[in-house]
Amino acid sequence: MNETQHAAIDVKGLVKRYGTRTVVDHVDLRLMPGRICGFLGPNGSGKTTTLRLICGLLTPDAGNGTCLGHDLITGRDAIKRQTGYMTQKFGLYEDLTIRENLDFVARVYLLDHVRDRVDRALERLDLASRQNQLTGALSGGWKQRLALAACVLHEPKLLLLDEPTAGVDPKARRAFWDEIHALAAEGITVLTSTHYMDEAERCHEIAYIAYGRLMARGTAEDIVAQSGLKAWLATGPGADKLAPLLRDVPGVTAAAAFGLTLHVCGPDEVALEAAIAPLRRDKTVKWEKSEPTLEDIFIHLMGQARDNAEAA
Amino acid sequence: MGFLHRLLAMIYKEALQLRRDRLTFAMMFGIPIMQLVLFGFAINNDPKGLPTAILASDHSALTRALISTIGNTGYFSFSNAVATEKEADELLQRGAVQFIITIPGDFTRKLIRRERAQIVIEADATDPATTSGALAAVDQAISQTLTREFSGPLAIYRTGESSAEVLLHRRYNPESITRYNVVPGLLGIILTMTMVMMTALAVTRERERGTMENLLAMPVRPIEVMVGKIAPYIVIGAIQVSVVLIAANILFGVPFVGSFTLFGIATLLFITVNLALGFTFSTISQNQLQAVQMSFFFLMPSILLSGFAFPFRGMPGWAQAIGEALPVTHFLRIVRGLMLKGASFEQIVGEVTILLLMLVIVSALAISRYRVTLD
Ligand SMILES: Nc1ncnc2c1ncn2[C@@H]1O[C@H](COP(=O)(O)OP(=O)(O)O)[C@@H](O)[C@H]1O
Ligand SMILES: [Mg+2]
Repeated sequence: MNETQHAAIDVKGLVKRYGTRTVVDHVDLRLMPGRICGFLGPNGSGKTTTLRLICGLLTPDAGNGTCLGHDLITGRDAIKRQTGYMTQKFGLYEDLTIRENLDFVARVYLLDHVRDRVDRALERLDLASRQNQLTGALSGGWKQRLALAACVLHEPKLLLLDEPTAGVDPKARRAFWDEIHALAAEGITVLTSTHYMDEAERCHEIAYIAYGRLMARGTAEDIVAQSGLKAWLATGPGADKLAPLLRDVPGVTAAAAFGLTLHVCGPDEVALEAAIAPLRRDKTVKWEKSEPTLEDIFIHLMGQARDNAEAA
Repeated sequence: MGFLHRLLAMIYKEALQLRRDRLTFAMMFGIPIMQLVLFGFAINNDPKGLPTAILASDHSALTRALISTIGNTGYFSFSNAVATEKEADELLQRGAVQFIITIPGDFTRKLIRRERAQIVIEADATDPATTSGALAAVDQAISQTLTREFSGPLAIYRTGESSAEVLLHRRYNPESITRYNVVPGLLGIILTMTMVMMTALAVTRERERGTMENLLAMPVRPIEVMVGKIAPYIVIGAIQVSVVLIAANILFGVPFVGSFTLFGIATLLFITVNLALGFTFSTISQNQLQAVQMSFFFLMPSILLSGFAFPFRGMPGWAQAIGEALPVTHFLRIVRGLMLKGASFEQIVGEVTILLLMLVIVSALAISRYRVTLD
């Protein structure tokens, strides 16, 4: 047995074009079972499209691979049976009750003991008392949890979640992520797209995509280490107000205020020090070297991807 | 086995959604009743006192008695006494009179000689519904008069009902639609209107609300989605038909002389063709508005060219050709045959076969156009 057979997702060179636009551009992705992979990238970078390619909802224009050991194209039905896909837009029926939605999903997957399963799912969700309410009446956070419950009802081996916590309050997000980790602990593989950095940090691994290209891949530490980005932190009176002076200065990728501090980063150590040198003359502000954050790195990668795209 | 279970899940879900959609529900029962009542006035429309020109060249007592009996039916008002045929024709052409009743000079003589005597009625049949009641009354008036006049010693002249013959010329409209013809047509139009539109909407609604992506990510097959979406509407269609038939019978006394079984089979077939068509439309249209537009685009020729609005044989060749391609045209013929003429299976099997063929073609088209992916 080689390693390929173990991977939950193993795709190579995936390409999807709409008209002349290449929306997903030669994406390779490999994910081992039981891992949670955060899928990050700016809006329109191709996250949803990639997830759809993986679960068989779109046919790739090029590339191939396997998902749960089944071929992406010929094994579409088998993949669908073992995968739970949570769409970016709420995909359950708002004019059905909570229970009716779960019943429907359970029946479509030909599950046994539909009643018991749905009872348990409702229990776990804490929605048993509201099971006969119309789904459309639920708030955003509840809808997301219900959608998650619906896509794990058939005990899938792989979960593909598309921005599952967008617009959800922090407490509900935390509850959501606790559930994801519990599922991963049972051996389920999770690939989830997100815009939140704190969620990225809760993932085992991260994949970053921009302009359809996969720009970085690995654990958060790997990505920080690989980035080669340098960063400085300024503290002291008025440090946070310096950000506008550093934007668009050569050698600076990002300058952003965090509370009363200023965080500056750039790819080249010398250029970055040259850029901040004029500001360091003001001795009331203290400057020290620091670690780049994931956000710094993503902004940097996005700029790189844009330059590549424009050059192409 | 799996097929059946998933299919049932689909049907049940659709039925639940349908039940919650009050407006659609109201529409599907409101439309048939509303249309029936509206058209019902047309069905019931039995106008009397229609302007009539009398061209009598025979002035016997019998003729006078006959004219007065015809007048007494109430359907005719002898507005114009004319002397020549030309004069009468001109009146009819202008629309000043609805009928010309011509009693030839030898009418009484022929009757007495036991030869065939003829009364000629020329009717302006551009609006056939107007004339049918009146024409039925003439026949009766004649036999009544003859019975009455040839009584006592003259009874020897009574030679049975065929001695005096009414010759009817329907002018300007060769195929006359009788009052009952409206109901079969109405059935066809109501079913076309609601069934095509409802399924077209049911599928595009999923796409528009974003639930289609979720549905596609689950292991349901196209045929299951299609049949699942269609099945609840078959029941709705059947209920619509029953409502129209019962109401037509109670309110307007429209008879049903043929086989109910044949009618049921033909109707289910027609309903299914329409649903499959609606499903096909939904695979083409991007949103609910487009689905509605396409349904109306289809409804127009169904009303105009099927023989519902205008007599089929009166239409030009190209219009007939389009009409032949519409399911409702064939349904209309089947239902007219069954309801009003008591047609046998052999007599409608040709039309049923055409509907069946349409179902196969349209379903194949729908399935081939339905995508299991979002491509
Ligand atoms: N069906 C489609 N037709 C044409 N363009 C599309 C279609 N779906 C997505 N796109 C384009 O592809 C790009 C990537 O979209 P998407 O995968 O949804 O990005 P993300 O999920 O990362 O925001 C976007 O620019 C979007 O406009
Ligand atoms: Mg997206």
